[in-house]
Amino acid sequence: MGLLDARVSNRNVLVTSVDNVMNWARLSSLWPMGFGLACCAIEMMATNASNYDLERFGIFPRSSPRQSDLMIVAGTVTMKMAERVITLYEQMPEPRYVLSMGSCSNCGGPYWHHGYHVLKGVDRVIPVDVYVPGCPPRPEALIGGLMKIQELIRMEGLGISRQDALKKLAEKSVDPQQVIDQVRKATA
Amino acid sequence: MEESANQMSLAVQQSKTAYDNIKERFGDAISEFDANPTMPFFEVLDTKRWVDIALHMRDNSLLRFNYMACLSGVDYPEEGKLGIVCNFESIGHYAHKIAVKVKCPRDGGSIPSVSCVWHTANWHEREAYDMYGMVFEGHPDLRRILCPEDWTGYPLRKDYQVQETYHGIKVPY
Repeated sequence: MGLLDARVSNRNVLVTSVDNVMNWARLSSLWPMGFGLACCAIEMMATNASNYDLERFGIFPRSSPRQSDLMIVAGTVTMKMAERVITLYEQMPEPRYVLSMGSCSNCGGPYWHHGYHVLKGVDRVIPVDVYVPGCPPRPEALIGGLMKIQELIRMEGLGISRQDALKKLAEKSVDPQQVIDQVRKATA
Repeated sequence: MEESANQMSLAVQQSKTAYDNIKERFGDAISEFDANPTMPFFEVLDTKRWVDIALHMRDNSLLRFNYMACLSGVDYPEEGKLGIVCNFESIGHYAHKIAVKVKCPRDGGSIPSVSCVWHTANWHEREAYDMYGMVFEGHPDLRRILCPEDWTGYPLRKDYQVQETYHGIKVPY
């Protein structure tokens, strides 16, 4: 439902809301902070490379936190690194989004029980908007997560806070079992 | 003894020859030879002479252990000791390999640093210090290398208790 899908009259006049235009602009040029922590970062790089081509969404990594609006936490966050992650997050301008990629940054991953050095979930130090499960997630999963971020941005607006937008998104959530059943029916 | 020597594989026999050379020079400072086929080793009993032994191993024309493949830390709580295991090879000269064990007391013990003999030891000793807490005497830059500077305790000791919080962040799950 991009702007260009709307019917534009032949006089080049378009009636829409400020929210719509602003959000369209924001979600069409997400600039993630360019840093990776562990193996998930390799998948993130693969997603950025030509095969999966994130630039078609206007997404390409920036090397300065001051010019980034999205932080992809890709990989194991160690205690030593956690403080650096906080610093980077704090240097990003608002509105900013955080995508936690992979089991390690979601909940500590395989280090959950005995890893004395690993932060058990990056959401203990910075707020996370979207979690992408997997160890590591495939590029398709990351793209799915990024599209979720775009949906979230689309829901946000001048009068609608992040919390309300997240609530709206939750209402729209899909039951995975239903999808599986649908696919099974279609292929049967 | 002859019989067991015959049963040794060629590789272990080569290590034994190298060991005999060191034993001849240092006598009681080192232990008997352990001829296990996986990694034959001896232990340095007189820890203070470790650097001399190391220099001899590197520079003697019959030994030429010019390559330190690895240095690992070990915790022996039942003996009250900490130790290191170093693996040596001789690249471009001989085919013999040998491991050397050096131990020190668990509380406040120290091992002489061999970072001036094999430069590889510099970071390896820092890692062993970081994980086990033994001091390497004469090391040029003995700081933690993996954990943050202000980390409490030595994580690979067998009785290690993880700290509750680190800079206000909860550590255990």
